[in-house]
Amino acid sequence: MSISRRLAFLLAGFLWVAGVQAADDGSDTAIWGKVKTLLVGDRPVIDDTAGSVIELEAPVRAEDAAVVPLAVRTKQQPGGVHVSKVHLVIDENPSPIGGTFTFSPIAGRADIETRVRIEAYSWVRALAETSDGKVYMARRYVKASGGCSAPAGKDQEEAMARLGKMKLKLDDDAVAGQPSAAQLMISHPNSSGLAMDQLTRLYVPPHFVRRVEVSYAGEPVMTADVDFSISENPNFRFWFVPKGEGELKAVIVDSKDLKFESAVAIRPGMKGGS
Amino acid sequence: MLTMLTVECKSASAVAGRLWRSMMGGLIALTVSASMAAETLPMKELAPGVFVFNGVTAEQDAHNRGAISNLGFVVGSRCVAVIDTGGSPAVGAALRETVRQKTALPVCYVINTHVHPDHLLGNQAFVADKPEFVGHAKLPAALAARGRNYIASAERLMGEAGRGLELVAPTRTVSGEDTLDLGGRVLRLRAWPTAHTDNDLTVLDETSGTLFAGDLLFVGHMPVVDGKLLGWIKVNAQLAALDVKRVVSGHGDAGPAWRDAFAKQGNYLQALADQTRAAIKAGRKLAQAADEVARDQVGDWELADLFHKRNVTAAYAELEWED
Ligand SMILES: [Zn+2]
Repeated sequence: MSISRRLAFLLAGFLWVAGVQAADDGSDTAIWGKVKTLLVGDRPVIDDTAGSVIELEAPVRAEDAAVVPLAVRTKQQPGGVHVSKVHLVIDENPSPIGGTFTFSPIAGRADIETRVRIEAYSWVRALAETSDGKVYMARRYVKASGGCSAPAGKDQEEAMARLGKMKLKLDDDAVAGQPSAAQLMISHPNSSGLAMDQLTRLYVPPHFVRRVEVSYAGEPVMTADVDFSISENPNFRFWFVPKGEGELKAVIVDSKDLKFESAVAIRPGMKGGS
Repeated sequence: MLTMLTVECKSASAVAGRLWRSMMGGLIALTVSASMAAETLPMKELAPGVFVFNGVTAEQDAHNRGAISNLGFVVGSRCVAVIDTGGSPAVGAALRETVRQKTALPVCYVINTHVHPDHLLGNQAFVADKPEFVGHAKLPAALAARGRNYIASAERLMGEAGRGLELVAPTRTVSGEDTLDLGGRVLRLRAWPTAHTDNDLTVLDETSGTLFAGDLLFVGHMPVVDGKLLGWIKVNAQLAALDVKRVVSGHGDAGPAWRDAFAKQGNYLQALADQTRAAIKAGRKLAQAADEVARDQVGDWELADLFHKRNVTAAYAELEWED
């Protein structure tokens, strides 16, 4: 084999590797392969390492395995293309798909912040589906915390005692036509339940928030399908674009079909609260 | 403690080794040495019949095998109560061997001060003694919720010492107060409202006036909030005012200055609460607060890198529900 032919062969090999293996950092886990198919079928997932469409903020280490803050930020795309859906995936959790968030145009931004439980050292992924049918992914590797931190609730009794208590409030004064951030807090054990085991003989059925629907002046803003990967007392920060006076309303449905709601009157220029 | 463990282990197995070698040859001696059957823990006798082992201040790893918390036992005229069993079966076995060397009386109670793995993963070493395993009424649920995760992380953290774990749940639980009679010696148990965890149990040996506080008191080792910060602040004040002679903390050695240790811990917890509240009021988000809050309180606490941000995170998630 001549040197040039050998070089071409090596180069082809290199390109083949670079082309197929988008990530050589161990992020192509077997779980991810399955979850990907479940979420987006055979559509290619674009590894958005530059953050041109979606970015994920996550701590390097889960300080408290039960409460790990995540922030997903999306970018406006040219030509009216927008992010319509965001999925959160935590590879190593018992239920890896932590949530699917669907945004309407009056959300203004398809950004979401929440807190999740992280079971072990895990890849955490945020996927953005755009209105032109593409799928982008941001990912972070999160190290588990030390030995005495577990992704369980701290005080289930207290969470149950104020079950369904909600807070819905704006970060800042609402400005007409400008995306405004709002925070939704729900007091709920959000528990995966306890399987009957030899050890404790306790059985507690799962009890978690499964759906969140936010509307403004009667129009949908954001809906979330979530499960017990979200921390005890689920917490979401999302965006909406205030126009005139209207009610910002959140309706929650949990796994026992209990329904809770909270609303706040929005008057642009006035700070909302609950 | 590590050196001691290793040294005692070596000397014990050397004796066993000599015996075996004379009978069966070198190969079997190696097996005996690997099983470390006669390993013990260095324990201080704080008062007649009250023995305490002080764990090293560290996160559990393959080297310390989870011997990172304080363990104790109290000897009555009828039987023995063990208070916490350490972070692995190996440490539990060494504790059991230590009990065996101090007294021939049976172990009738194994008390766990709370759910954390460094306090109860040694339980299985005592199963053959058929004691009552005693814990807070909320311990079974906490164990059921967290046990699987503790087992999964034990091998990652401790390697070999983290394998073959079996969780042992309480056979007797305490809500409010309870007493255990060891024969001429009564232990008073008290189950506390949510503080360090939601299943903290203290043990008072009335005879010597020794209170085993579990992780309701940290000395040197930064306190870890895994229950309810405001609850712990209250419990801390109650414990500091108790009329007892000495207090065995969950980590570190309080010595005679145990009231100062509660005061120091109380100051940290209160500052954590005050400054986290202020951050929430100022609109700082959780991730920002974890990086910023109460950095001035880290002071000379050990393992602050592992636990301070975690404490702020837990405090934030708790306190944002105020008002
Ligand atoms: Zn503890």
